[in-house]
Amino acid sequence: MDTLVAQLQRQFRDYTISLYHQGFLDDQFTELKKLQDECSPDFVAEVVSLFFEDCEKLIGNMARALDQTGNVDFSLVGSSVHQLKGSSSSVGAKRVKGLCVTFKECCDSQSFEGCVRCLQQVDIEYKSLKAKLQDLFNLEQQIVQAGGRIPQVDI
Amino acid sequence: MMEVCNCIEPQWPADELLMKYQYISDFFIAVAYFSIPLELIYFVKKSAVFPYRWVLVQFGAFIVLCGATHLINLWTFTTHSRTVALVMTTAKVLTAVVSCATALMLVHIIPDLLSVKTRELFLKNKAAELDREMGLIRTQEETGRHVRMLTHEIRSTLDRHTILKTTLVELGRTLALEECALWMPTRTGLELQLSYTLRQQHPVEYTVPIQLPVINQVFVTSRAVKISPNSPVARLRPVSGKYLLGEVVAVRVPLLHLSNFQINDWPELSTKRYALMVLMLPSDSARQWHVHELELVEVVADQVAVALSHAAILEESMRARDLLMEQNVALDIARREAETAIRARNDFLAVMNHEMRTPMHAIIALSSLLQETELTPEQRLMVETVLNLIKPIAVVKKLPITLNLAPDLPEFVVGDEKRLMQIILNIVGNAVKFSKQGSISVTALVTKSDNRAPPDFFVVPTGSHFYLRVKVKDLGAGINPQDIPKLFTKFAQTQSLATRSSGGSGLGLAISKRFVNLMEGNIWIESEGVGKGCTAIFDVKLGISNESKQSGIPKVPANPQHVNFAGLKVLVMDENGVSRMVTKGLLVHLGCEVATVSSSEECLRVVSHEHRVVFMDVCTPGVENYQIALRIHEKFTKRHQRPLLVALTGNTDKSTKERCMSFGLDGVLLKPVSLDNMRNVLSDLLEHRVLYEAM
Repeated sequence: MDTLVAQLQRQFRDYTISLYHQGFLDDQFTELKKLQDECSPDFVAEVVSLFFEDCEKLIGNMARALDQTGNVDFSLVGSSVHQLKGSSSSVGAKRVKGLCVTFKECCDSQSFEGCVRCLQQVDIEYKSLKAKLQDLFNLEQQIVQAGGRIPQVDI
Repeated sequence: MMEVCNCIEPQWPADELLMKYQYISDFFIAVAYFSIPLELIYFVKKSAVFPYRWVLVQFGAFIVLCGATHLINLWTFTTHSRTVALVMTTAKVLTAVVSCATALMLVHIIPDLLSVKTRELFLKNKAAELDREMGLIRTQEETGRHVRMLTHEIRSTLDRHTILKTTLVELGRTLALEECALWMPTRTGLELQLSYTLRQQHPVEYTVPIQLPVINQVFVTSRAVKISPNSPVARLRPVSGKYLLGEVVAVRVPLLHLSNFQINDWPELSTKRYALMVLMLPSDSARQWHVHELELVEVVADQVAVALSHAAILEESMRARDLLMEQNVALDIARREAETAIRARNDFLAVMNHEMRTPMHAIIALSSLLQETELTPEQRLMVETVLNLIKPIAVVKKLPITLNLAPDLPEFVVGDEKRLMQIILNIVGNAVKFSKQGSISVTALVTKSDNRAPPDFFVVPTGSHFYLRVKVKDLGAGINPQDIPKLFTKFAQTQSLATRSSGGSGLGLAISKRFVNLMEGNIWIESEGVGKGCTAIFDVKLGISNESKQSGIPKVPANPQHVNFAGLKVLVMDENGVSRMVTKGLLVHLGCEVATVSSSEECLRVVSHEHRVVFMDVCTPGVENYQIALRIHEKFTKRHQRPLLVALTGNTDKSTKERCMSFGLDGVLLKPVSLDNMRNVLSDLLEHRVLYEAM
């Protein structure tokens, strides 16, 4: 007979593993989790929310730059992509980082359609990752409220 | 014919003059006689009250008849007829009768009349006397009323000043005084000072010596004494041409001190101090001091004395109460301070005790272990000396310690030997400390997933790592399961632990937990309860090695020297907020003190010789952040002051590395940096001051 806590923990573990296997997260996310301790108990949540804010801002900048039809500043777009790549690699957002690489190439080749397409994909991707991580954090909260401890998942 | 006529021929003497005078006198007498009764009647009619009407009638008749007689007498001077003579005779006879009757009546009446007069006099006197007495009573009643009013006014307040002021005011009003003054004795008692006056607003600071004869005269008696208006106590204002100064009266007012209160003799015998009250009647008036007024003054003086004494008592008691309150407050503060001091001392003693015993136990243990090894005689002597020095101080216990090693433990492992030893010593030390008897068993084994472990810890050993589990079991005091979570918190003390030789958890377990966490492990304590012993268990991740010694430059050094970077000051420069936060978190987790900047200008401003390492992100394309390395070199001319410079970059190909070297950077790291990586890099860097990671 599984208790609620054990059920939740198993759910958490499975979900985490799936995120890694589907390529949403990579080792860097694991590293982030290692940095969370009693001194900074919400470290991961803080970094991740900062990352998403950053995404939103950078994507906004890039969208605005790409809207200047006929007068697109590709270097500006390129620097924003570079920032996004740096941020995503810092948090372990694997898919986003991969998209940034492609995006960078489009910027370098000044391909307008390519950039627009990449931008859309990046937007979708980060939002999807945000939702998934939100689910993960909710699971964590449920476990804590049920009185259990968050399991340490080694990938 | 000479007949005998019936006529009586009066003698017509030769002296006709005499006859004439008689004739006139008779006439006037008659008139008077007739007018008197008329007057009487008239006045009697006028006054309704007259008791003796009959007498009056009698008297009237008498007088009328007398008058008639005299009138008729007039005819007898000349020749007159018999008729006249008859009438005359009748009249005379009647008159005689009436007058005799009247005379007889008067004999009865006159005494009465006289007595009426005396009674009247008597009554008048009596009335006057009663009037006088009435006046006296009225004045006495007045006085009494005034005294009552004054007393009420005076006694209605307990304030000394108000009492005296009210007294003067009321006295002034009641007696219509021109001036009223109060002289109080000074502190020294040698002078009287003018303290209160009625009319003047600000009495002049005026003193008179107390030994004046006039003052003595007043102080000697309790009565009010009339004094001269020219005496110094009465000369209050400049004489402004008043012709006649009003009379002045002075009375003493006894000032009672608490010490003078003796129940039996009140207060004449014990008072020594008097105040002087001086009252002056208005000048230029003929008023004089009446007895009742003096009595009033005396009574008031006494009342004032009583009121003042009450005020004095009240003052005294209030002062005593304030003093007590102050003392109470001071005592309270002192008590609390003392309590705080005691508590601080106890805390200090407890911590000191524990902190001194812990290393001592370790020293004893290590020295004993040392004794077991091969030693030269000199070394053995030294070790024994050390042991002898310390052993007497600590409690020597006979506790057998057994060691069990699982067969599947690898022969050689890679890890932090020093910290591991500290953890083991701490836990075993605790076990020894809290066991009075019994034995202690230390078991070491390889952790497996199916081992009984806290359900939140999933152990997945990889090929190169394994988890070592060490269990230390003792049969000592044990711990209440509820207290177990608190054990690993710094300085937490529980009742059960605190009762044991003033030892507590102190810092030992907290530090052990930190080390265990750094080794990616877990530590916990199990106990079935107080008195049932206790088991401390910890898992740590160690590396498996095939060789006993390592060679080459390892990725994971065998003996990282600086695993604990506590307090190491570093500076992180990164334009990207997210990666800046991640790098900071990484370094904080390792125990460093991290400052962050987001631009190279800011970096130059902030960097100081206190920072041992500067991590700078050089990923941003097109921007040469390497310049900052040069600037830092310029800033810090002495080599040992300069912080170590490490570049964080997205690619570490040869050209990047060469560029870094040429700009004077001490190391290059590939982003994103893992925890292990950072740890190793830092320790290598601090040891060798240079690092170029082999890729």
